[in-house]
Amino acid sequence: MGPTDRTLSSAWPEIQDYGIIGDCRSAALVSRSGSIDWLCWPRFDASSIFAALLDRERGGFWRISPVGPATVSRQYIQDSNVLESHFATQSGGAILTDMMPGASNSLHRNDFLPDHEILRKVTCDSGEVEFDIEFSPVADYGRTKVQIRDFGKLGLKFTVGRGVYWLRSSTALSITDERARAHVVLRCGESMRFSFSYSEEAPAVLRPLDPSLDTRVDHAIEAWQHWGRRANYEGDYRTAVIRSALTLKLLTYAPTGAIIAAPTTSLPERIGGGLNWDYRYCWLRDASFTIRALLELGYWDEAEDFLDWMLQATRLTQPRLRVLYSLYGDKTPVERELEHLSGYRESRPVRIGNAAREQLQLDVYGEVIDAAAQFAFHGGHLDREMQKALIGFGNYVAQNWDQPDEGIWEPRFRRENHTHSRLLCWTAMDRLVRLVERGKLRGAPIERYKRESDSIRHQIEERAWNESMQSYVSVLDGQELDASLLLLSWYGFADAGSPRMRSTYHAIRRQLGTSNGLLFRYRREMPEGTFALCSFWEAEYLALGGGSLDEARQRFAQLMEYQNDLGLYGEEIDPITGAALGNFPQAFTHVGLIGAALSINQREKGEQQLAHRPPAATPHLTSQVRA
Amino acid sequence: MNWLSWLLSGFLATLALSTLLATSQGLGLTRMNLPYLMGTFITPQREKAKFYGFFIHLLNGWIFSILYVLVFEARHMANWWFGALLGLAQALFVLTVGMSLMPSAHPRMASEQHGPNANRQLEPPGFMALHYGIQTPVSVFIAHAVFGAILGSLYQLAR
Repeated sequence: MGPTDRTLSSAWPEIQDYGIIGDCRSAALVSRSGSIDWLCWPRFDASSIFAALLDRERGGFWRISPVGPATVSRQYIQDSNVLESHFATQSGGAILTDMMPGASNSLHRNDFLPDHEILRKVTCDSGEVEFDIEFSPVADYGRTKVQIRDFGKLGLKFTVGRGVYWLRSSTALSITDERARAHVVLRCGESMRFSFSYSEEAPAVLRPLDPSLDTRVDHAIEAWQHWGRRANYEGDYRTAVIRSALTLKLLTYAPTGAIIAAPTTSLPERIGGGLNWDYRYCWLRDASFTIRALLELGYWDEAEDFLDWMLQATRLTQPRLRVLYSLYGDKTPVERELEHLSGYRESRPVRIGNAAREQLQLDVYGEVIDAAAQFAFHGGHLDREMQKALIGFGNYVAQNWDQPDEGIWEPRFRRENHTHSRLLCWTAMDRLVRLVERGKLRGAPIERYKRESDSIRHQIEERAWNESMQSYVSVLDGQELDASLLLLSWYGFADAGSPRMRSTYHAIRRQLGTSNGLLFRYRREMPEGTFALCSFWEAEYLALGGGSLDEARQRFAQLMEYQNDLGLYGEEIDPITGAALGNFPQAFTHVGLIGAALSINQREKGEQQLAHRPPAATPHLTSQVRA
Repeated sequence: MNWLSWLLSGFLATLALSTLLATSQGLGLTRMNLPYLMGTFITPQREKAKFYGFFIHLLNGWIFSILYVLVFEARHMANWWFGALLGLAQALFVLTVGMSLMPSAHPRMASEQHGPNANRQLEPPGFMALHYGIQTPVSVFIAHAVFGAILGSLYQLAR
């Protein structure tokens, strides 16, 4: 079989044309045309079994698509992660349901479950619809062909490494070379069911494809809805907030509580360019925002699991912290390029692993300490081990805060004195002092932390403020801006309504903003997309007092226009076309959305915002700085 | 028959058998998890099945070792190579006859003829348990040969 035989439609779907399904251990991306183009089993960062997302010819896919032109509309069944695609053709209509049952679902406690499973069901609801079904798995990022064997009524089977994959289908599939195909005409009321599963232990579990499959789908919907509806948010953006929370839950690795940045690798930040990174790992940087979102939405268990994971994962390196960790807290794999893959729309190279693992990013200390402080200020208990770890981090920061580092945006060319890193070092000192003052932390050298906090504040106010630009700047004594400067207010270093912050905000909007309400993270000669998270930071900055409530709402409403039809966001947004760029969906963007929605809602109600931080600056320093 | 010697050697040989099979699974030689397979005779819950299955397997091995000991006594010979030979014979029996009977004997196992249903959802082992990995027979032969060899070495014939 020549490579063209395996080729999916040559047209690349837009990144935002994908939906996600998952089981809190792994995730699959489903295109609008009903093709699963990305799947890594047994966990998010394992090698792929479907990777047409990164190579239409070699990657592998599983397509269930109507033959001929069809209008497609999609939705998640309300407050769940069960995806429905409605195909309307000239001859009739059909619904494709895609989902992955979660192993932790208590309804299934007494049931046999495979390690992982994708359930797909197609039901014709009017007229008749012709479907092409093509199942073309290729292991190891498109490098290893698999041998599919037919085991009669048990289904189709292939093995890769330690895992066995079973495809069960209610319709007969014929095997040609390394793929299974069928051409089926469904009439109104008829349906097809599929179960694709992965098991590492024998005997594997093979689920029947009888109507009990529908019951399982119903149970999964109930379980997701139960979880989603626990969210403690009643504001105007409830639909978007719940979708973001559900997406965040999908990106959580349930066995450890780790939250990955995104389920994909190498979706480009610039089409055809080389800004292609592997995001299937856990960045500590996301900690503070993530904990805030989880705690304020009332997801205490998830917040506690995440905090536990952070403190456990970092145990081997404490008091040093790495920038990112694997799902089990190991060092992430060495970055490699997969030269055999074309990349999404020829965006090469495709990378796995991430070289940021070797970087120094001092801001992560502040993120972790702030996350723990939020947990404690919301009533959580920091046990002795946690306290010891926090003091270790604090002492490291006290010793090293004035070092240059790679900083939040992870450039690969040089270390600099980043204002954002200084801000988070200040945050680390400030939160530790507050934890001690509130009796949540014992044995910390509080006087030293206060001294260092004063020194960092002094340095930021002196050297990160550019008098001629009337703005804080990205690097000490520099002249460039970046959107992370908006976070000076989020962490409580500067009041959002202060003259310096307002002036900085206007400079950022002038230099980094677009007319359609988006923000670049920084200016570079080779442009990339606008950074979705930064745009939500702006909305939140406005809500925190940097602007009026109407301005904050207006900015948030503008950003809502860039979600896809399922309510999902990628890392970046093309400022001209509005298309998603970068890995998809992006946990951090959804965390940013939740944060902005919470702050807007809190301001509407006149509630205290961001309980983890001081209302403005540390009281004993405020007068000194104003002077 | 030397009962005390059987109790001790049978127990140690079964522990070695379990360890070798678990190691084979850990090293990726086979996917077969024998305690899980046995435990699912009595419960569908995975973790409980593994726990119960371990004890069932231990008991099973202990009881099976009586047959070895009876052969040792009948032949008035107990040494490592004779035990290993018996182990290989048992492995051959388990892989051919035992595994082919499994879908009929196991209350939760599906078959190629009928496929899975509400009650039977476990993958059948197939001939020589090859469905559980192409090297499964190798690990089963080795583990049983070691089982027999330990039994043959440690068992003291009755005087």
